[in-house]
Amino acid sequence: MLKIINLHAGINGTNILNGVNLNVRAGEVHAIMGPNGSGKSTLAQVLAGRETYEVTEGKALYEGQDLLSMDPEDRAREGIFLAFQYPIEIPGVSNTYFLKAALNAIRKHKGLEPLDAVEFLALVKEKMKVLQIDQSLLNRPVNEGFSGGEKKRNEIFQMAVLDPKLALLDETDSGLDIDALRIVADGVNRLRSKENAIVVVTHYQRLLNYIVPDYVHVLIDGRIAKSGGKELALELEDRGYDWVAEEAQKVQTPV
Amino acid sequence: MVTYKDTVDWYLSAFEGFENGLNGQTGSELHRVRRRAIERFVEIGFPTTREEEWRFTNVAPIAEQQFTPVLTLSDDSIGHSVIEPFTLAGLKCVRLVFINGHFSKRLSSLSAAPKGLKVGSLAGAIRTDPDLIGRHLAHYADYTDNAFAALNTAFMLDGAFVYVRGGKDVELPIHLIFISSDHDNRFVSHPRNLVIAEESARVSIVESYVGLAANEYLTNAVTEIVLGEKAVVEHDQLQIEGPSGYHIGTLHVVQQRKSIFTSNSISLGGALVRNNVKTVLAAEDSECTLNGLSLATSEQLIDNHTTIDHTKPGCRSHELYKAVLDGKSRGVFNGRIYVRKGAQKTDAKQTNKTLLLSPDATMDSKPQLEIFADDVKCTHGAAIGQLDEEQVFYLRSRGLGEDEARDILTYAFASDIINRIHVEALRKELDRVLLKRLQEGRLKARE
Repeated sequence: MLKIINLHAGINGTNILNGVNLNVRAGEVHAIMGPNGSGKSTLAQVLAGRETYEVTEGKALYEGQDLLSMDPEDRAREGIFLAFQYPIEIPGVSNTYFLKAALNAIRKHKGLEPLDAVEFLALVKEKMKVLQIDQSLLNRPVNEGFSGGEKKRNEIFQMAVLDPKLALLDETDSGLDIDALRIVADGVNRLRSKENAIVVVTHYQRLLNYIVPDYVHVLIDGRIAKSGGKELALELEDRGYDWVAEEAQKVQTPV
Repeated sequence: MVTYKDTVDWYLSAFEGFENGLNGQTGSELHRVRRRAIERFVEIGFPTTREEEWRFTNVAPIAEQQFTPVLTLSDDSIGHSVIEPFTLAGLKCVRLVFINGHFSKRLSSLSAAPKGLKVGSLAGAIRTDPDLIGRHLAHYADYTDNAFAALNTAFMLDGAFVYVRGGKDVELPIHLIFISSDHDNRFVSHPRNLVIAEESARVSIVESYVGLAANEYLTNAVTEIVLGEKAVVEHDQLQIEGPSGYHIGTLHVVQQRKSIFTSNSISLGGALVRNNVKTVLAAEDSECTLNGLSLATSEQLIDNHTTIDHTKPGCRSHELYKAVLDGKSRGVFNGRIYVRKGAQKTDAKQTNKTLLLSPDATMDSKPQLEIFADDVKCTHGAAIGQLDEEQVFYLRSRGLGEDEARDILTYAFASDIINRIHVEALRKELDRVLLKRLQEGRLKARE
């Protein structure tokens, strides 16, 4: 579904991604871990189409299409969803209005009829329960006055409503307590299917106890230094990231 | 080349003609007030951009042309169907309709007026309520430094008269619709409105200024509102003058103890618009809220000058003015807050926010706080900028197109003010107009 080939990207002349290669197939959950500054968030945002980052080299193919030449809204309409690390507040625009407009934009792209207010509410009611989103939250402006946990739950709620093919979760666990973490993870797990794929960007192993990945990749200095199964995450928790960096260096500098 | 002085002379001779047509009324106190006003107008003349109060607003399009004052009603060509679109979807109200500044009984609807409310034409009230008129008319809107208010006072003939008896809660809003319709020559109308709310009275007034005339014209309006102790008045003004219309409005409010005044001023039309709003908190513990929204495009100029005068202690004022400027339009905001000596425990807040949608739109914003008491809370803030790109990206990342995302954010910015209006029918109409303008691309964010 997603093929990233030698991706280089940076901001204001500083290189952040230095040749990322990644292959994600439908039905898979990939975890991207790494120390601070390794480029994890940048990777997720570049895939979503954040224009502040400049792609300097490489390709990304999504369902065979050239992803990097697509506008952010077209990526979303083709089924890509980014759960923001720092969700944006939008005063004056209610959650309902925003989500319904987004859903209908995506439905239109798929050739489906738009949902009216009643149909929309019926659709979201059940998903609200799962993520413990109160009805009153729906009418409030997007993320305004929301606690950190509420913002993250709102991201996953949007994901549940928009039903993406490829979900990119950017440090969704940061700032969450155990209870909120469980709710968010539960919400994500319910969406897992053979047709979609999820890329979980995280610093800590903890989230991966709940959202169990098929593959774990370690990003160091903008490059995937090591890949493995879910045990790799546990090893990282035990030993930290340094040994991965050393191992990678040894490979690069032949004796 | 017509100079400002030429035009002043023109109005002076128009006044003489007006006087001659008054048939014996020239001896009245009211006419003495008019004479003093025209004298002052001749003395000060039209403001130039060398004056601080008019630094950003050049009135040459008005001052270099001769507009003929409309002295009578001519509504023969106006049918109910013409007025209907401006009646706010059949708002249940007491409705007064004015054509070029003159009351049209035929187009108005006063039957729902409850007891305790006197409402009708000012010209009528001058005849039937001379005592009230004598005590209040032209006692508040000071024209010493306001040439346009002086001109209006000189030519004042008609407008709306609203009197609410003490203790009366007028539940139905009073809708005043001022229509500027095509006339033979370039004309000026001088609507003069007087609203008196006695002690503990409650009333809502909506003023709509509608320009049907396609040619150039001038609306030079003055509204005076007096609030007695504990009175509560909401005043909403919707200005949709024609594309070649000029609108100068003066609103002067005086508040007594514990009264509450709210004004929502929405400016959508006109080539050159200047709104002067002055509220005087004349007694302790009173409160005023001034909200404004201007939507301008092409080459419109919309200037809002407000003054809030805290003359006594313990009063609260709150001001929020927003503008959305597109095309080559220009916005001006000057918010003066005057806290007099002795006006302790004043709580005044002023905020001005402008959204620029095009690189050619400009905004000049100036807070003007003159504080002479030392135990007060006065804050002011101004922000002029473009749409937040983070917000735009967030919306796009959910599938909303770039244009749609920008429209939604522009809508949210403007509806902040619209949502503060209590008259639901007016809120809905403004919502509709805003959405329509966004859809038509008349308020489009351009990179």
